Amino acid sequence: MPAKIVVQDIRKTFSSDKGPLPVLERVSFSVGDGELVAVVGPSGCGKSTLLNVIAGFERPDHGLVTIDGTEQVRPSAQGILISQHGSVFPWLTVQQNLMFGLNGHVYSDRETLAGHYAAMVGLKGFESSYPHELSGGMLKRAELARALVVKPEILYMDEPFSALDALLNLRMRNELLRILSEERHTVVLVTHDVEEAIHLADRILVLSPRPAILQAVFDVPLLHPRRLSSPAVQELKVAILRELGVSSDSA
Amino acid sequence: MERLKNLLPSLAVMALLIGAWWLIVVEARSVIFPTPWQVVTGASELVQNGVLWEHIGASLFRVGSGFLLAVAFAVPLGLWMGWVRGAFATFNPIFQMLRPISPIAWIPIAILWFGVGDASPIFLIFISSVFPMVVQTTSGVHTIERRYLRAAGNFGVSRATLFRRVVIPAALPQVIVGMRIGLGVAWLVVVAAEMVALRSGLGYLIIDSRNAGNRYDLVIAAMIIIGLIGLLLDGLMRLLEGLKAVQWRYAR
Repeated sequence: MPAKIVVQDIRKTFSSDKGPLPVLERVSFSVGDGELVAVVGPSGCGKSTLLNVIAGFERPDHGLVTIDGTEQVRPSAQGILISQHGSVFPWLTVQQNLMFGLNGHVYSDRETLAGHYAAMVGLKGFESSYPHELSGGMLKRAELARALVVKPEILYMDEPFSALDALLNLRMRNELLRILSEERHTVVLVTHDVEEAIHLADRILVLSPRPAILQAVFDVPLLHPRRLSSPAVQELKVAILRELGVSSDSA
Repeated sequence: MERLKNLLPSLAVMALLIGAWWLIVVEARSVIFPTPWQVVTGASELVQNGVLWEHIGASLFRVGSGFLLAVAFAVPLGLWMGWVRGAFATFNPIFQMLRPISPIAWIPIAILWFGVGDASPIFLIFISSVFPMVVQTTSGVHTIERRYLRAAGNFGVSRATLFRRVVIPAALPQVIVGMRIGLGVAWLVVVAAEMVALRSGLGYLIIDSRNAGNRYDLVIAAMIIIGLIGLLLDGLMRLLEGLKAVQWRYAR
């Protein structure tokens, strides 16, 4: 698998009232083309910062992120970020949101594309609704569809489903897997939910507490659909939790 | 039916006030201060000889022109000041200093610059409504949530699209709030402005009624009409708040 994303020796320090706050300390890894890599770590360890750096929203103090060999210096539609709080524009309808990123297409093409992805995420019939008329799960679908419409090569997902309740969270994971089986994307997923990581990822990176270094890497050699109650999943979960300093008895 | 129920207490209070007013005037045997009925007959007199419509038309024309000029000036300026840091740093202090000056204080200058025609009150209305609209529009841009700007940036849209599809619609609810405040102030000021020199308008009607033989029935009739039209104008602005594209801000 050729490397799509290469993260080389990233360091990032924020300045705070109490002096410099090192967040990322020499993080290096690569993500293969079409791979789904999950990044887990204790809260506040710098997972989101890492994702922001990879997606180009923030520059590292040191080190380099390359996408297909080109240095990532600013965000682009090549990789779309989906964040926890969502950013579906509340002043646009679902359809207008979906068409937002489409430039240089004629209107009818944009409409067709938007319709296609609305159907894919199960929002058919809600194209003319405004976001405040949708439920939390539907908003997530809209956000996902808006990202997919521009056919990004990479999806950056920052705790995408953690604001949803447990049932909806599970349902959205399955939806995501279905969509990813239809459309090939490279995905970097940041989450604090180890089970979610095992459910979705091909590979799991465990970050240490701040300043974060890459502490451990786990392959997830399980075929989809994965049964979360299976022994293999449970075993992996225990191992990852142990890396995070949580003993399996208390988990 | 439900709305009628909600309205009932305020209607009752109004009726009570009018009753008390009536009683006091009758008891005090006042020759100048009118009873509510005299106000009604005075008002119908104004309606019948057509004078009232002329005055209302004149006031609305001045408010309309001054207000629209202010919108045309304040909204683009506010968007620019909200978006461009340098513009904000340059102009905000000036506006903050001009804003607390009552529009009434501008009357002498208005007369000096524009004489006693329609231009004076239009200028005063412009002055009074432009500042709240600039301030609200600017803060509307300033309070756009970063996640929306980031998302827009992620899609790599052009600056024009960003402005048209994100910045303007995101600030629009605040712009409308500013317009509501602006129009409210404008209506307050037009009456004051017309009291000074002009020969038409509701403000003129009040002063003229007093000067021409203490017609306090007409004074009070004009006051009530001013109140009602003010209410109507505010209702008109509130219709804008009902637009689908801005409801997200008000709904929750």
